Amino acid sequence: MEGWHQLYPGHIPTSPLQKALLAAGSAVMALYDPYRHDMVAVLGETTGCLALPNLRDKMKNHPEGHRILQERPRIHLSTLDMARLQGLPEGSLGREYVRFLEDNKVSPDTRMPPKFVDDEELAYVIQRYREVHDLMHTLLGMPTNMLGEVVVKWFEAVQTGLPMCVLGAAFGPVRLSTRKLQVLATELVPWAIRSGLNASCVLNVYYEQRWEQPVESLREELGIFPPPAVRV
Amino acid sequence: AAPGSVPGRSNRSAVPGPSPVGGTGARLAAGPEMHFGFQTVTEEERREKIYQVFENVAKKYDVMNDSMTLGIHRVWKDILVHKMNPCPGTLLLDVAGGTGDIAFRFINYVRSVRQRQLQRKLKHHQNLSWQEIFESYQKDEFNSLGDSQVVVCDINREMLKVGKQKAEHLGYSEGLSWVLGNAEELPFDDDKFDVYTIAFGIRNVTRIDLALQEAYRVLKPGGRFLCLEFSHVSNPLLSRLYDLYSFQVIPVLGEVIAGDWRSYQYLVESIRQFPPQEELKVMIEDAGFFKVDYENLNFGIVAIHSGFKL
Repeated sequence: MEGWHQLYPGHIPTSPLQKALLAAGSAVMALYDPYRHDMVAVLGETTGCLALPNLRDKMKNHPEGHRILQERPRIHLSTLDMARLQGLPEGSLGREYVRFLEDNKVSPDTRMPPKFVDDEELAYVIQRYREVHDLMHTLLGMPTNMLGEVVVKWFEAVQTGLPMCVLGAAFGPVRLSTRKLQVLATELVPWAIRSGLNASCVLNVYYEQRWEQPVESLREELGIFPPPAVRV
Repeated sequence: AAPGSVPGRSNRSAVPGPSPVGGTGARLAAGPEMHFGFQTVTEEERREKIYQVFENVAKKYDVMNDSMTLGIHRVWKDILVHKMNPCPGTLLLDVAGGTGDIAFRFINYVRSVRQRQLQRKLKHHQNLSWQEIFESYQKDEFNSLGDSQVVVCDINREMLKVGKQKAEHLGYSEGLSWVLGNAEELPFDDDKFDVYTIAFGIRNVTRIDLALQEAYRVLKPGGRFLCLEFSHVSNPLLSRLYDLYSFQVIPVLGEVIAGDWRSYQYLVESIRQFPPQEELKVMIEDAGFFKVDYENLNFGIVAIHSGFKL
């Protein structure tokens, strides 16, 4: 029986046993029913106890990351000026991000708030990681189909070390056709891994202050290699 | 597993203020304090919160029941109906009957009793003339339920919806009605039903004393009150294992299967808050019932209380 020590709105305190059961249960359920995005989120939260502090420290030790931790920016439809972003020049981060949202019919507001992270700052870190995910798609040039998501997961796995990303990267391809698997294995995954290793920490970028920056320039600055010329 | 000094625990006798009729009436904004699981809330808040819990869980209610109890809840419900031992012609009111588990079992039971009745009649007929047999067919019309009826009453629209869909899916239609209603204020006349059941529902009622009074009111003289509910385990070792399972595993199951931790946290807390067997027995007697007794199932994890209106 836990006392009600809520560290942030939506926080559910859990015992180690509960976390272990949640991790196992959510992993099974996420595999069984891929539409249960909430289970992927829960898996991330319950297994991130090593990776999250690591990420937070990387952010703390970087000037831009440190500012993000202080200011706690959020990416929501209510905080984004969509009209302004759409008016930005072609190839700029803002313009391409909005294009990505429209093409794939997704919204930044569908990200689950954290529940099972027992540290308020780490809860923000995982929230930031989730909200920045669509920007990863934009930077990597990957759509939100199964193949694109797997590629982004490989990149994120290398970048963050989150077990949930590693599991997603490893098990995601299970449902792909052989042709896609081939493209994945020969071109996309090697590129994603190389870029992930080479790039500086993607959470240390204050994206909201770089909408005008061209995507290519941001890629270079971060150390992400240009995407391979294959259709995803 | 009795909780320590938890506020608002014995809400039955100590509740002052006006009776909770339909949410209106001269009630203070603060209202009397009650428990919602381990939280302390006002009466009105408690009703709303409980309504929301069941609204959220309705679609996954049956799946969750099977997962949490490993299917044993089916046995408990079977035992309840066997204890009731209805015969054709019984009129049952199943309160908080939501998804219809008791109602369907009642119909099945009565149908099989009816079948045996008819079979015995047919055997008897072998000595009769063709004319006499024909006449008796006309009379009986092979009424498969023998005029038995069950009314399922629930306060929650979502639960009733799920129940109706299940009935359609499983092919139950005859002798079955669905009514939206509050156990504390039933929309039925006095002295109407032969049996009143409430299975895993009375724990969620805010004023248990009123529900019991209503049960007494709508039962015919000679009618039976039956309550199936989670109760208290007195065996200390079992109690600790039960607590461990309840608090560590059940909310996790709620999150993984139904995406809803909080409702199932409420569930296990509300079980701890509910009066134990003897206390509930006294409450039932207070409502006017006689020959009140209870039967523990699975060491008191669940108990069936029974009483008669004489």
